[in-house]
Amino acid sequence: MDAFLPLLTIFLLAVFVGFEIITKVPPLLHTPLMSGSNAISGITIIGALLSVAAEGQLSTMLGFGALVLATINVVGGFLVTHRMLGMFKKKDQA
Amino acid sequence: MTGTLIDLTYLVASVLFIFGIKGLTHPRTAVRGNLLGASGMLLAVIATLADQSVLGSGAWGLGMIVGGVVLGGAIGATLALRIQMTAMPEMVALLNAFGGAASALVAGAVLAESSAPSTQTSVATVTSGIIGSVTFFGSLVAFDKLKGLMLPDKPVLFPGQQPLNVLLGLTALGLGTLVVSDPSVLTSYGLLVLVGSILGILLTIPIGGADMPVAIALLNSYSGLAAASTGFVLSNDILIITGSLVGASGLILTRIMCKAMNRSLMNVLLGAIGDESTSAPGADEVYAGKVKSASAEEVAMLLDGAKRVVIVPGYGMAVAQAQHQVRDLANLLEGNGAEVEYAIHPVAGRMPGHMNVLLAEADVDYDKLHEMDSINPSFKQTDVSLIIGANDIVNPVARTDPSSPIAGMPILDVDKSRTVVVIKRSLSPGFAGIPNPLFAADNTLMLFADGKQAILDLIAAVKDT
Repeated sequence: MDAFLPLLTIFLLAVFVGFEIITKVPPLLHTPLMSGSNAISGITIIGALLSVAAEGQLSTMLGFGALVLATINVVGGFLVTHRMLGMFKKKDQA
Repeated sequence: MTGTLIDLTYLVASVLFIFGIKGLTHPRTAVRGNLLGASGMLLAVIATLADQSVLGSGAWGLGMIVGGVVLGGAIGATLALRIQMTAMPEMVALLNAFGGAASALVAGAVLAESSAPSTQTSVATVTSGIIGSVTFFGSLVAFDKLKGLMLPDKPVLFPGQQPLNVLLGLTALGLGTLVVSDPSVLTSYGLLVLVGSILGILLTIPIGGADMPVAIALLNSYSGLAAASTGFVLSNDILIITGSLVGASGLILTRIMCKAMNRSLMNVLLGAIGDESTSAPGADEVYAGKVKSASAEEVAMLLDGAKRVVIVPGYGMAVAQAQHQVRDLANLLEGNGAEVEYAIHPVAGRMPGHMNVLLAEADVDYDKLHEMDSINPSFKQTDVSLIIGANDIVNPVARTDPSSPIAGMPILDVDKSRTVVVIKRSLSPGFAGIPNPLFAADNTLMLFADGKQAILDLIAAVKDT
């Protein structure tokens, strides 16, 4: 339990940071915000990598499933966000 | 690579994620922000691969890793490059689902691997399992509803639904207690995930149609919380930081969507709209003898003389895929010297920001896309408001009838403009299921047609005048 309090602290502070920044995202970009946040929540890929590398067969299998899904989120999320953001243009720049 | 170096790399990646989201606060910096986020992810993955336990996992383990990344990457890239902009809500629903499932799977894997997990690990595993499975199946239901596959777009309600949900929630908590008290019995975790899955389905089927933006935003938040919870399972900072950022993002969007409909989150989650038999006047009473229908030619003459035109898109524009034609019409009117702008209601469409993406796809300058609060005062100086596939978000009943299901919902004040032109197939009601007196107003003309065809007819007619 020693590690719990520091982790909880990090969690709460990150929530506040999140609220502060995301409140400033204009409605114009709410869809890219959602797909982009899906991409970064693919960070579970780290846990998946560690699980695949673990010894037990069950955890390797579960980890593999997680790895495929998390990679879809990471690759699909960043790519589709990039594609979408490329469409937001001002006339004089286009 | 040593543990400290890996942790430092994770810290750099977390900072990159925060800068990445910060970039999304303006369209000019957004592309760079997304790239920053992607490079943070790359760093984090490389650091993890350099971890001794991963590097030393042998040919079999490394083969699985390469296989999983290639498979997931191929599916992700195909989805991202093929998906149509009108189908973005479906895409986001799928990504929410995968995020939730990945977290629940990792938590299960850790549980299976550790012989005597700490209380923190087992409690966090239970949380990941419940939130992850609810997110996965809830998002699949949302996907199905958006795509119109098996489930109806309308809310699915049955007697005893709420007690059943409460019962399932309690069962999940009970199973969670079992997992914590004896983590070696993996069956408990399996059952927990099963109950969470059923709960996810039951919680999402009552949400329908125009309430979808709330459901998607909320599930987005859940997928972040599931990742944060998996961070507690692994005692990993970067998962916690990232998960809470995403969780906060989803919650903020949920709140904005609820406010834009003047409904409480509970009211949306219970699918309460439309099922109350209010004293709202019937359609005949509202429309009889008062609706004026116009031809494309008549509307074109009106548009030709207009100095200021505001286009109000709704979900109907997405269904008709009419965004490109709408842009052509706007360009034509601008060429004739008119000022054309777009009014975007926060809940227009099926997810937050849906209309903005569609119009951006059609090359509409984002400076012309206005939020409700900023454009509402200007409707008085507007000659023609052109409504394409929107209904409830322009229904003045929201202002006048406190007993209406949409009472108090902020609406676009199109009725204040000199003339309102509504392009719509018929007088059928919107999601709220109530008639719209705007259609029968003195200054309103109805152009009954399919969205895309109507715009094409208008373009031809404007060119002729």
